Parts: sequence; C-alpha cells; structure tokens
Amino acid sequence: MIYLFYLIVYGFLFTATAGLIASWIDRKVTARVQYRVGPPFFQPFIDIVKLMGKETLVPEAASRFTFLAAPLMGITGVMVASAILCVNDVHTGSGFVGDVIVAVYLFTVPSLSIIMGGFASRNPLATLGASREMKLILSYELPFILAILVAVIKSGFSVTLGGILDFQAQNGFIAGSLSGFLAFLAGILCVQAKLGLVPFDIAEAETEITSGPLIEYSGVTLGMYKLMKNMLLFVLPFFLIILFLGGLRFDGIQILYSALKYAGILVVITVIRNTNPRLRIDQAVRFFWGPVTIISIIAVVLAFLGL
Amino acid sequence: MSTGSCNNCDIEILDCLTPRFDIERFGMILAGSIKHADILLVTGSGNRKSMERVKRIYEQMPKPALVVAVGECAMSRGMFIHSYNCPVPIDKIMPVDIYIPGCPPKPEAIIAGIVKLIEKVKKQKS
Repeated sequence: MIYLFYLIVYGFLFTATAGLIASWIDRKVTARVQYRVGPPFFQPFIDIVKLMGKETLVPEAASRFTFLAAPLMGITGVMVASAILCVNDVHTGSGFVGDVIVAVYLFTVPSLSIIMGGFASRNPLATLGASREMKLILSYELPFILAILVAVIKSGFSVTLGGILDFQAQNGFIAGSLSGFLAFLAGILCVQAKLGLVPFDIAEAETEITSGPLIEYSGVTLGMYKLMKNMLLFVLPFFLIILFLGGLRFDGIQILYSALKYAGILVVITVIRNTNPRLRIDQAVRFFWGPVTIISIIAVVLAFLGL
Repeated sequence: MSTGSCNNCDIEILDCLTPRFDIERFGMILAGSIKHADILLVTGSGNRKSMERVKRIYEQMPKPALVVAVGECAMSRGMFIHSYNCPVPIDKIMPVDIYIPGCPPKPEAIIAGIVKLIEKVKKQKS
C-alpha cells in the first residue's frame, strides 16, 4: 500500500508538477535567449489539459493495441523511475541493492516506448524517426553507464542510490573531484540526448521529419508523450544531482538550495539546446562513441586511481 | 495551409513567430504536424487542386479545432472572385471561425485576430 502511495504521490503528482514547471523554465529561458517574451506560467499545464480533451486519432494501417499502449508504457517507466529516485532521496535508507542499475534500465523505457509507438503508427516519417532513436540509444548508453560507474566507484562500490548519497553527505560532492567532474560533463551530454533536445533531437527533427515518431499521435496519447517528456526533464537532471551533486533536500531552507541546484542544471541544458544546431545521426554517434566515451573512460580510470 | 496564395500571407504568418512579434506570449507555437495542431490557418483563394487537400487536412485535424482564414483571398477570393479556378470560397468548404482581412494582413492584425478568437472561445465555454 505504501508503495502505491509512493508511486502516485512521488512518481506522478510531484514529478509531473515539477516537470511542467521545468518545461516552463525551459521555454522561458529559450525565449529570453532569443530576445522574446516567452509563454505565461501556466501554459504547460494548460497544454496538457487541452490535449486530454481532444480527439485521439488512430491511423487505419496502424497496429491499434501497440499504438495506444506505447505512451502508457513510457509514462509508467518514468513514474517508477522517479518514485525510486524520490523515495531514496527523501526517506534515506529505504532503497534496495542495485537500484542504480534498475533506474538505468527504467530510463531506457521512455525511449523504447517512443520507438514502439513510431513503428506501430506505420508512417514512413515515424519509422525513420524511430530508427534514428534506436541508433541514438546505442550511441549514448555506453558513455552514460560509464559516467554512472564513476559515481559507483567513488562511493566505494555501492550500487545503491542511498549509498552514493551517504558517501556525498560525508565527503562532499562527487562532482567536486576531477574524475567526478569529467563524468558529470559526460552525463549532462548524455542526458541532453536522452531528453531529445536540440543538438541530439535527430529522432524528432521538427523541420525535417515533423516530430518523427510522434507524428501520428494526437489528443490523449500525445498528451501522455508530452507529459512523459516533461517528467523526464525533471527526473534525468534529478538523477544526475543524486549521483554527482549530493541529491535534493526538502526541509527548511535546504529547499531553496535544492531548487537552485536543479535550476542550474536545467539552464545549462537549455543553453546547450539554444546555442547548437542539430547534428546528423552519424555525427551524433561519432560524437558519443568518440570524445564522450573517451572522457568517460578517462574519468573511470581516474576514479580507480582515487582522483 | 496555403491554397494557391501568392505566398505573401504565409510570410506575414512566419513573421508572427519572430522575436519582434512572438506569439508564444499567448502560448501559441508552430506545430510540426496537423495532428498536433489546434488551429488551421488557411491562406489563398482556394483553387480546385488544393481544395481536396485542404479538406483532407481539415478532416485529419483532431477536433475540437479552429480554422482561421488569413488574408483577403481566403475571406472572399479577392481578385480571383471571377476566376474559373476558384469556384467556391473557403467558408463554403469548412467552418471558418475567424477572418483576418488585409492583403497581406500585418502581423499585428493576425495577432489581434487570434487574440479575439481566444476571447471568443472563452466566451463560448462560459
């Protein structure tokens, strides 16, 4: 029963609210970078509510069940992942062995759901986008796991989020050391790709393949995908904060500090997104398997040496 | 959606997205696909070839949805009113919620029209 409570309150309500606020910050910062005014505060909420009230169209040629189940699968994956992260962060010591690994697996579920939905809709552009998303997963997963490995090594080979947080509470942030900082850099780039933001938004390039895998979605299903992406916008930086910046705390004045940490990462992500053009898929794969993987490997070696 | 327009209205619509006019202030963004859109902007006089496509696009748009006719041609076929190629105006083909006059309408006029449309929708709700 308590797990259901965690799943609904932390996994859904908290994450969805935080994610929608984050998406407003993202849009507002983007607008200010481009010398625009930007959307009003409640716009992301209004958008989601509006999409829930619209008609859901299913293409005639699509595989109906998979097409409608894919967004549900994605949003469930994010909910479980964020519930695990929040429970570890708020009630320390209530995690289980290996929850870092579980979280890493759960973070691929949204991408898988996008691929499933794209292929199920049987639209040529959606298929193209889904295949690009597959290649993108192959490219960023390796450096991301190596970056996480640094946090695991640093905290004395603990594969629990609680262990990593405890280590940082006693010894300072992992990102404060050289290896931790390199891993954090690689992690931010991988998160950028996982979120599908601009240098790596190859899968849903709006101007060339018109939102790719999501092209056939409308109404409630599109709303679920939008909500999933906004939740990811909160959860993935949160995961990085737990691994490298000592987690978020919600008691007293600490809440301000936590918000500052999160907003800092979010603004970095937004600025990267606004100052870079979209890469081609081969350039993205080369980028992740080349420089980013090398940085992560150097970070792992340095972590082994204790730097 | 351009139905045989001279492209001038389309350029004025693009102007609305620029930093100077910035319609994201009112929460509007450009949608990549018609299935993600709420409003269909129609420009041009509606010639025979494009009318079938406009109908198909309108049917693909998830309802409830709104249609805005931008420019003189989309309102009344403008100077093409006697043309063999433009038999009916757009509002005979599908319901048009608001008309924005001008040849081409200024971006300010488009924004004013859309804001009026938002007020109209709000009034309908209450």
